Amino acid sequence: MSDANTAMVEKYRNNFLKEVEANVEEGEWVKMCMQCGVCSGSCPFGPHWEHPPQEIFMMIRAGKRDEVLHSDSMWMCTSCYNCIVRCPRELPITHIMHGLANYAHRLGIAPKMNPTRRFAKIFWDNITKSGRVNELSLSLKLYRMDGWVSFVKKGLQMAGVGLGMFKTGRLDAMALFTHKGIEGKKGLHAMLKKAYEIEDKRKGLA
Amino acid sequence: MTDVVATNETILVVGGGISGMTAAIEAAECGKDVVLVEKSPALGGRVSQLYKYFPKLCFPTCGLEINLRRLKANKRIRVLTLAEVQSVTGEAGNYSVSVKIAPRYVNENCTACGACAEAVTTEIDNAFNYNLNKRKAAYLPFNMAHPQRYVIDPSIIGTPEADKAKEACRYDAIDLDMKEEVLELKAGAVVWATGWRPYDAAKIQPYGYDRFDNVITSVEFERMMDPFGPTGGKLLRSSDGKEAKNIAFIQCAGSRDRNHLTHCSRICCMASLKQSSYLGERYGDDAEAKASIYYIDIRAIDRFEDFYKKVQQDPKVTFIKSKVANITLDEATGDVILHGVDTEGYHRYDNQHDLVVLAIGMEPSVDIKGIAAGVHTDVSGFIEVHTDNGGIFGAGCASNALDVNRSVQNATAAALHAIQVVNRVSAAEA
Repeated sequence: MSDANTAMVEKYRNNFLKEVEANVEEGEWVKMCMQCGVCSGSCPFGPHWEHPPQEIFMMIRAGKRDEVLHSDSMWMCTSCYNCIVRCPRELPITHIMHGLANYAHRLGIAPKMNPTRRFAKIFWDNITKSGRVNELSLSLKLYRMDGWVSFVKKGLQMAGVGLGMFKTGRLDAMALFTHKGIEGKKGLHAMLKKAYEIEDKRKGLA
Repeated sequence: MTDVVATNETILVVGGGISGMTAAIEAAECGKDVVLVEKSPALGGRVSQLYKYFPKLCFPTCGLEINLRRLKANKRIRVLTLAEVQSVTGEAGNYSVSVKIAPRYVNENCTACGACAEAVTTEIDNAFNYNLNKRKAAYLPFNMAHPQRYVIDPSIIGTPEADKAKEACRYDAIDLDMKEEVLELKAGAVVWATGWRPYDAAKIQPYGYDRFDNVITSVEFERMMDPFGPTGGKLLRSSDGKEAKNIAFIQCAGSRDRNHLTHCSRICCMASLKQSSYLGERYGDDAEAKASIYYIDIRAIDRFEDFYKKVQQDPKVTFIKSKVANITLDEATGDVILHGVDTEGYHRYDNQHDLVVLAIGMEPSVDIKGIAAGVHTDVSGFIEVHTDNGGIFGAGCASNALDVNRSVQNATAAALHAIQVVNRVSAAEA
């Protein structure tokens, strides 16, 4: 091939689709989308997305890397699985959405203030810290997510529910001090560290 | 007892639709003996239920008449109606076939005068019109039916209704003592032309075919255009009898969907393009008459592209690139509301229509595996070309999702395959 040819091939090579296929969970399915739109129409959150799944897939194929990875659309997914059930080609759309969200987060370019991302981060840190969710600290952190004023506001708002849960033993009032987590926390942390290493190496994130 | 002469040099054609008739006539006109077996009381199949053909928009009655004349003129074809093949065993050049013949309760004396139908009051679902209306329990299957003989529905046998029909007949044509028969036939080759059936629309749950009166299938819409059809040629909604003018067509209803039929049914795009032209025919320049075609992509192959281009010019027809997500009912008007997102701009829509026509997919009407062992079929159940099939050849829609034109070509090819098998038999016996 001549240089001009190679240059043109390079120009039209769909690098972002290849990147998605390599780095995003279930990303190899993206090219199977036939743009029928039944996923977007079936999505209960449809009207609130900036880009419905069908459009996200087309944007990936069109190489719109920044628009896709900076978008908060895939963070809107509530995992109802309606799209997977309806997709005529059985694309695992829910999983692709989570895969894209996770990939954008790992790259550090996901929308910083997206509430789903922030909650997911708090939840992940909470569960990996001790291997088991500390529900009390999780709730408190969640209330504090938007500052101390909203913490007090939300706390008062939910006080009745909280008290009820303390009384019926559904929430441990002393959990901040007594929460134990799993045995062998060190092992868990070592495993996660290794998993991150492998993933980072494979996806070139390190 | 039905007399049928069949030998190892006979070609058995299963199915009396356009493909089966074609295969039978072509083989017979080449000098071969043919037994043509049809499950229903008359030949013609799904083609007889069409209002018009695409792309020329001519009437199928014309082509059927030509074929029926060729068939009636040929002494080498033996037609068995109300007959169903139960099993095919043996090998190429030597098949044994078991055929069950249901009683018609009307013999060859019938002149189709219709006196029995007048005498009978019981009504049954009219299968010819996809059960959109009723017909008498003594009936002529349809106007062009061949054989041109009435049928007494088994549901009235043994009741005073059947006796009324018998008394009304002036030609001694009604024989209420007819019994089911099973014939054992020989055949050298088999042409399997059992055709297609519309996919069960109720299985496409979000479209509500089973819940909403004004969601119908393309085959039902076709019957409504027939002047002798259930609505006398008017496009009426079954919910309120109002004329439907703002009509939506949903493509790939059941087809190209791993939840339903994985294959493309091939006819539905052209069927909807054709049916959208019916609006102009019924309503002229009426501005209220509108067709909206919801599609993934229009598959108007080779020369059909011209037809597609012509429909695109029609101001009555709008194309919306989107697979409709679901349909809801507008309780007050009985209208249907289509919800989805279009692919050209990703606009969310909630479009109200008088009537929705599902361009329903086709599936093979008979599973050959239970009748003739070892015949190869694809994932959808269509018969594949395979040497293991021996002297059994799929024709028309039993072999693939085909339009009429391609079914006829395919049936002619199958007839030629069958002729080669029986020629080998006669060469060996000579």
